[in-house]
Amino acid sequence: MKILVCISNVPDTTSKINFTGDNKEFDKNGVQYVINPWDEYALTRAIELKEAKGGSVTVLNVGEADAEPNIRKALAIGADDAIRVNAHPKDAFFVAQQITAIAKEGGYDMILMGKESIDYNGFQVHNMVGEMMGIPSVTPAFKLDMVDDSTARLEREIEGGKEVVEVKLPFVASAQQPMCEPRIPNMRGIMTARTKPLKVVEAAGGEAKSEYVNYSKPEKKSGVKLIDADNAGELIKLLRNEAKVL
Amino acid sequence: MSVLVFVEGLNGEIKKSSLEAASYGSQVAQAMGTSATAVAIGDVHEDALARLGEQGISKVLYDADDRLKQFVADAYVKVIAKAAQQESAKVLVFSNSNIGAAVGSKLAVRLNGSLATNVTELPKIDGGNFTVTRGVFSGKAFAQVNLTSDLKIIAVKKNSTDIISNGGTSATVEKISADLAESDFAVAPKETVMQETDGGVLLPEAEIVVSGGRGMKGPENWHLIEELAKELGAATACSKPVSDIGWRPHHEHVGQTGITVSPNLYIAAGISGAIQHLAGVNSSKVIVVINKDPEAPFFKAADYGIVGDALEVLPKLIEAAKALDK
Repeated sequence: MKILVCISNVPDTTSKINFTGDNKEFDKNGVQYVINPWDEYALTRAIELKEAKGGSVTVLNVGEADAEPNIRKALAIGADDAIRVNAHPKDAFFVAQQITAIAKEGGYDMILMGKESIDYNGFQVHNMVGEMMGIPSVTPAFKLDMVDDSTARLEREIEGGKEVVEVKLPFVASAQQPMCEPRIPNMRGIMTARTKPLKVVEAAGGEAKSEYVNYSKPEKKSGVKLIDADNAGELIKLLRNEAKVL
Repeated sequence: MSVLVFVEGLNGEIKKSSLEAASYGSQVAQAMGTSATAVAIGDVHEDALARLGEQGISKVLYDADDRLKQFVADAYVKVIAKAAQQESAKVLVFSNSNIGAAVGSKLAVRLNGSLATNVTELPKIDGGNFTVTRGVFSGKAFAQVNLTSDLKIIAVKKNSTDIISNGGTSATVEKISADLAESDFAVAPKETVMQETDGGVLLPEAEIVVSGGRGMKGPENWHLIEELAKELGAATACSKPVSDIGWRPHHEHVGQTGITVSPNLYIAAGISGAIQHLAGVNSSKVIVVINKDPEAPFFKAADYGIVGDALEVLPKLIEAAKALDK
């Protein structure tokens, strides 16, 4: 089974988010980058399936060279090889086109990724890739198992419940917890990752359909108003009369 | 030229998030000098659809195909694409739900449109520019985005638009259907399991959320969370550690890798407020934090706070909530 796992290189959750150049660009200064936490579920589940059923796991990143440390990290966690499409990921439509080009060429049985990235929060790419390839996309899935060699069984979240879906390979799925327990690299993995192939290819053309014009930050909270614990009922009155939310 | 809104049903009624999308769509239509049409599929009563006139919808296209009572992505896409074509829609509006965003993404490819999800404000339409504001960086920022294709597709973040109620006339309801092939049902669910809410409120739709963390000390104390939620008409939620140790089910976990909520009121009892948790709740309008540790980081993100043991504070809140005029 050949599995393609798409990963994004994103600012660590604890990063301070700032913008430069008249609020037109994200300020990378001092920001630590990580593998998108949602993608870690896709990556680990792919490795688990490979260990159980055989096959290979290829990681794919659409991004610039500064993503390579995290691509190596994905190899250290257990992916076999990696591809980086050397391009600025302009928008979801552009990224989906790049993934589709790679996926068509590679003939993968399964294309997995996180349900969204924690920086652009799109929740778009997986369904776009499914549509572009003309194959099923099941999102967001929190359970993924093989029924037989050609059929997978997934459980996906819908508002207020879940659906159980069975699909034939190949398909696209996006992952969310509790699909698996994301792994961290061990020393042996880190050593072997250095020699695993990481291929860099140029973008397959493709256009963006949206332009990020500028950014803004939410208004700062004015500070917490503390209510004495002995007089806790007062809070309910404040929520009704002052905050007007009850 | 028109604006087309996809509305989702649940047990025959229209979801609150879809009433928001309808309100959003009719305001966009007004700004563009055109009318707003809705399209509905499956499990919705026709009288509920007619009431969308309240939200400024003039016409509803309804596909009552029994096979579409559950979500079948490719079939839904076909029906909505047909409605878009029939209405010459220039703007498609969805709720930013798992269903709405999925269908919107597929339509962006099929109809060659520009898609923005997680949209928080009405668009600015200025000459040729159509600019929307969307939430990015997990609630820490907003981005202004130009949608450059002729067809604009917008998925509206839940609870970011007021539901308008203009006392207008009923919407007319017309039937629509698309030619569906067997292949459109390739991803049809084998089974759909809805959570038992005991008549309570679904978390993703809730205006008020009462949430508990490890400070609740054990699942046996959760009746306090549930009682306060019941009094306030709220949904219940929990932090990641609580779902990880199995005190509560995973679908209640809000935070970075769980559900993102943006209710009017979020009450956190015994949650310290790790940054991963804040990422899931930071766009809530009012945040209340109850924690016995005055140094808990959550207080920095809160509007109201009580320093105290959640197990002692919650009963007092329940009592005060019971005394409120409903």
